Amino acid sequence: MRTSRFLPQMTRRALMSGVVGLSVAISLPALAADTVKIGLVAALSGQSAKSGQAITRGLTIAIDEINANGGVLGKPIELVSRDDESNPGKGLVAARELVQREGVAALIGGLDTPVSFAIVPFANQAKVPFVGPWAAGTGITKNGAEENYIFRVSAVDEYVDEAITEYLIANHGVKKPGMILINNPWGESNEKGLTKALEKRGMETAGIEKFESNDVDVVPQLTRLKENGADSLFVVANVAPTAQVIKSLDRMGWDVPLASHWGPAGGRFTELAGKSGEKLHFIQTYLFVEGDEKGDAMFAKLQAAFPEIETTADVTPATGIANAYDSMLLLAAAIEKAGSTDGPAIRQAMYEIENIEGLIKTYADPFSPDNQDAIGPEDYVFAHFVEGQIIPVK
Amino acid sequence: MTLLIAALVSGIGLGSMYGLIALGFQITYSVSQTVNFAQGSVVMLGAVLGYVFIERLGMNWMIAYPLAVLCCGGFGMLVEVLLVRPFVERNSEAWLMATVAGGIFLDNAVLFTFGNEPRTLASSLTQSTWQFAGTGIYPQQVLIPIAAVGVALALHFLFRKTLQGRALLAVVQNGQAARLMGINTTAMVSGSFALSAMLAGGAGLLIAPLLSVHSDMGTLFGLKAFAVAILGGMTSASGVMLAGFIYGLVEALVTTYFGSSSTYIIVFALLILALTWKPDGLFGRPAVKKV
Repeated sequence: MRTSRFLPQMTRRALMSGVVGLSVAISLPALAADTVKIGLVAALSGQSAKSGQAITRGLTIAIDEINANGGVLGKPIELVSRDDESNPGKGLVAARELVQREGVAALIGGLDTPVSFAIVPFANQAKVPFVGPWAAGTGITKNGAEENYIFRVSAVDEYVDEAITEYLIANHGVKKPGMILINNPWGESNEKGLTKALEKRGMETAGIEKFESNDVDVVPQLTRLKENGADSLFVVANVAPTAQVIKSLDRMGWDVPLASHWGPAGGRFTELAGKSGEKLHFIQTYLFVEGDEKGDAMFAKLQAAFPEIETTADVTPATGIANAYDSMLLLAAAIEKAGSTDGPAIRQAMYEIENIEGLIKTYADPFSPDNQDAIGPEDYVFAHFVEGQIIPVK
Repeated sequence: MTLLIAALVSGIGLGSMYGLIALGFQITYSVSQTVNFAQGSVVMLGAVLGYVFIERLGMNWMIAYPLAVLCCGGFGMLVEVLLVRPFVERNSEAWLMATVAGGIFLDNAVLFTFGNEPRTLASSLTQSTWQFAGTGIYPQQVLIPIAAVGVALALHFLFRKTLQGRALLAVVQNGQAARLMGINTTAMVSGSFALSAMLAGGAGLLIAPLLSVHSDMGTLFGLKAFAVAILGGMTSASGVMLAGFIYGLVEALVTTYFGSSSTYIIVFALLILALTWKPDGLFGRPAVKKV
């Protein structure tokens, strides 16, 4: 109220209209589209920043390639990034701002499952395609919307749980696995998936145990599972908490087959967990393998674009790069096919694109209204850390 | 039997960590009726500085550890001067929020400078385990209760036998009278914050090899330690230490026998019950309010 004492009513009104005029002027270039804008909403700071960086790198390489070949609809693609700080509220605000102010043709992102869940209803309502290159929560794409604008080029919890169950049975003949899961919505999503996978096979679990991301000691939980006769363990948690599980297993001297979601891939897992960390096998959608032509070419491009990259250890998580790269290629193909940046037209075109050659695979027929996930369990690779590098399990 | 022993080992290890951090709350509260709610962040600061000094600057641990603890002490004094004193002088309780904000500030400053990747502070005491009765234990886990009890005893000695300690006690008993007797109470309060932060930083260094070093590693510890300090009664150092062991043991036993899903529900329900039964904490004396 202090300003009103010094500014006469008229001046204030004039000032207000000036501000409004200015903001219209600022948003004008967005309307005069000489580029096709794609919005990125991801965690670019905080604990998940490294994964956000991987997504940005994958998108950058894809966009550079597309633009070098003439862009889409005859215009270059422009990436507009917003940081959601892993916060669902901020993610939603960012998505809204990108659509309403920046006029993006489509959204990519939602690194954390809760952030994606916050953006899903908005994207469906605004009829703007939203492609997820990371968050694995099953309900993100299976969201029950009549007109579903949510697509994903990433792992899906339900399929991951199916894959790690099958892996333990096929490789270790396990009969009674136990679950040790992080105590958050991601852990819960996998509790459902794993329970379903076990029920399907008529198997029982030795128990479902939860732990916090800063728990020092997981021995009590693990001892319970051991006493209940667990012959193997499912682990679902991010890098640091998974390392706590490994350290606690070490202390107990319990050598048990371990299958994990992709959490450990996001950081220096063996530095945290020690040598025993190499025993943990986890899923990935993509890995840089030496001698693979496509991968080598991609790595060279990454090095050229980001000089700080020296070895494949600097491009973890490779999954994030590959998922984002493929997401962009699929989206660009759909925009080209749609012939416009109109949301419903792009969505329709997503179902029609075929034989897109990506980094993970060639997408023969990536999406259909019944399956908005381009990657299935058959595309997963099992990997583990060896001397700090993620390599496929032989 | 294995279950019980594993639970006891985990519980004593955890309990001594909580107790050590909670002692920091007790010290400042006794001297000035204020606490540093950034205590959990100071735990993190100790661990992060230890990591930076040893792994990045290549210092010997004999220099790095004491230096990290001293830096934490400096931070504690800073908290008192900037975030507590200005409010207490104006009879405001806003130091409460100011110290919480200080903790959030520190967490984010570390996130920004140290980075977002959890790292490991190696210790030769976590390279192998001692096995007994079907469970294993790192030598580091034995060191923590020893250090915690040692610190509690040292504090007791400091308060009873040294001039500075007696001066602190005098401030605790009657600040105004102490000031009239020529004791520099301002310095005493500052000193108590430094001491409290040094304990938290030391705890961080002890815990780091068992956990990983990252910017939000201390938050949960700070919270639990505060619960322990309240449970112990805020006024008695040995009571707070004992409450730490009780909390740690109950937590481990509940997790072992009822499952981790019910840990926090049962532990905090018990905490509420305990405080309803003894509002001044298990070992605290009722505060006398003179009207």
